[in-house]
Amino acid sequence: MFDLKGYGWMLWDGVQLTLAVGLCSLVVALGLGMLGAWGKLSHARLARGAANTYTTVIRGVPELLLLLLVYYGAPTLIQTVMSGFGRDIIIDVNPFVAGVLTLGFIYGAFSTEVFRGAILAVPRGQIEAAIAAGMSKAMMVRRIMLPQVWRFALPGLGNVWMVLIKATALISVIQLPELMRNSDIAARATRLPFTFYLAASLIYLAITIVSMQLQQRAETWANRGIRRD
Amino acid sequence: MGSFCQGLIDAPIDFRVVCESLPRFFDGALLTVELTALSVLIGLCMAIPLGLMRVSRNPLLWMPVYGYILYFRGTPLLVQIFLIYYGSGQFQEFLDSVGLWVFFREAYFCAVLTLTLNTAGYTAEILRGAILGVPHGEVEAARSCGMSGSLLYRRIILPKAFRLALQAYSNEVVFLFQATSLVSIIALMDLTGVARVIAARSFDIYELYITAGVIYLVVTYGILYVFKWVEHRTSGHLRERTEDDLAQVELR
Repeated sequence: MFDLKGYGWMLWDGVQLTLAVGLCSLVVALGLGMLGAWGKLSHARLARGAANTYTTVIRGVPELLLLLLVYYGAPTLIQTVMSGFGRDIIIDVNPFVAGVLTLGFIYGAFSTEVFRGAILAVPRGQIEAAIAAGMSKAMMVRRIMLPQVWRFALPGLGNVWMVLIKATALISVIQLPELMRNSDIAARATRLPFTFYLAASLIYLAITIVSMQLQQRAETWANRGIRRD
Repeated sequence: MGSFCQGLIDAPIDFRVVCESLPRFFDGALLTVELTALSVLIGLCMAIPLGLMRVSRNPLLWMPVYGYILYFRGTPLLVQIFLIYYGSGQFQEFLDSVGLWVFFREAYFCAVLTLTLNTAGYTAEILRGAILGVPHGEVEAARSCGMSGSLLYRRIILPKAFRLALQAYSNEVVFLFQATSLVSIIALMDLTGVARVIAARSFDIYELYITAGVIYLVVTYGILYVFKWVEHRTSGHLRERTEDDLAQVELR
C-alpha cells in the first residue's frame, strides 16, 4: 500500500524541517511565555495590561489568520510606514522566519498561562520562609522558585509542544517545504493524494506518540523523590 | 470631521476597502459560524457514545475508540482535511459506484465531515475524563439505591460528567471555531477565505486580515460568554449563597 514512488526522501526532508521549525518556535514560545508570565504577575499596571492583551488577542484569533497577517500583511505595513518617512524599501519575509515568529508568538501566549500557573503553584509559605531566612530576590528565584516552577510547568509545556508541532503543518500554506508541503507536492506529482496524506499523518502521529513517551519519562524523572499523597 | 476622515485615508491603515467589503465579510462570518455549529452538534452526538465506549472495560469497545481518538488528536487537522478532500479522489471510481462521490466532490461536505470527526475525537476524550471524574461515592450511593446500567448513567453519571466537562468543552468549541479557518485552504469562502480573496486583489492586505481577526475575536469571546452563563446556571447548588440570594429568600 505504501509505494511512495521514490518520494520517500522528500517526506524525510520535510520531517527534518518540521522538527526544526517546531523546535525554533518552541524556543521563541518559551521565552515569550516567561516574559508574559512575568508581565501577568507584575505589579506594574502597564506590564500586566500588555500581557493580558497579548493572551486575550492570541486566544481569539485563528493561527492561520495570524500567519497570513505576518507573512503577507507585515511587509506591506512596514513598507507603507517607511514610505511615509520617504524611504522605499522592499521586504522579503523568509517563510521559515515568518513561521517561527508566528508560531512562537501564538504558543508564547499558551506558555504564558502555563508558567503563570506554575509560579502560582509554589506554596506561599515557602516564599515567606525564603524572605524570613534573608534571601535576596534573585537567590529566592534561583533556589526556591525555579527548581519547582519548571517541574510544575512540565505537563503544560509538553501539551504546548504537542499542539505546536501539529500547527507547523499550517506553514505549508506559505510554501515552506516542511512535511505537509512536501507530501502535498508528492501527492500532486504521483496523483496518489490518499497515500501521501496518510503517510504524512502517520508520521505526525509517530512524532506525537514519541513526544508523549518522552514527556512521561521527563515527568517521572522530574518527580523522583517527590512524595505522592 | 472632514479632516478627520482625510486623516484616516492618509493613515497607513486604510479602511475604505474594508468598509466596501463588509457585506462579504458578513457572509464569510455566517459560513464560519454555520460550519462550527454543524460540526459541534453532530460531533457532540457522536462523542457521547464514543466517550461511553472509551470508558467501557470491554476491549472490543474501548480499543477501536482509543485508536480513533489517538489518530484524530495526534495528527494536524490540515492533514485530515486534505486526506478526506483530496484523498477521496484516489477512490473516485469506487465512490462513484456506490453513489458517494457527489458528497466527496463538495468541499463543504468534506469540511463538515473532517471537522465533525475531529471534534468528536477531542470531545470523547473530554467526556472520558469527566466520566472518570465523577466521585466514586455518588456512583456507590446510586448502586446501593438499586440503580444500575443505563439508569445509573442517565440519572447520576452523565449529568454530573456534563457539568464537569463544561469548562474543557468550551475550550474545544472555541478551538473548533478557530480551526474552521483552515477550510479557506480548500477554497471555501469562510471569514478567512473572504479576507484572503479580497486581499489578493487589493493592496490593503493587513487591514483586511485585521478586520477578519477582530470578527473572530468578538465571536470567540461571545462563545466563551455563553458557556460562562450556562456554567453559572447549572452550578447554582454548588455556589455559596450571596447576600442577594438571601434577600430574595426573605422577600418570599
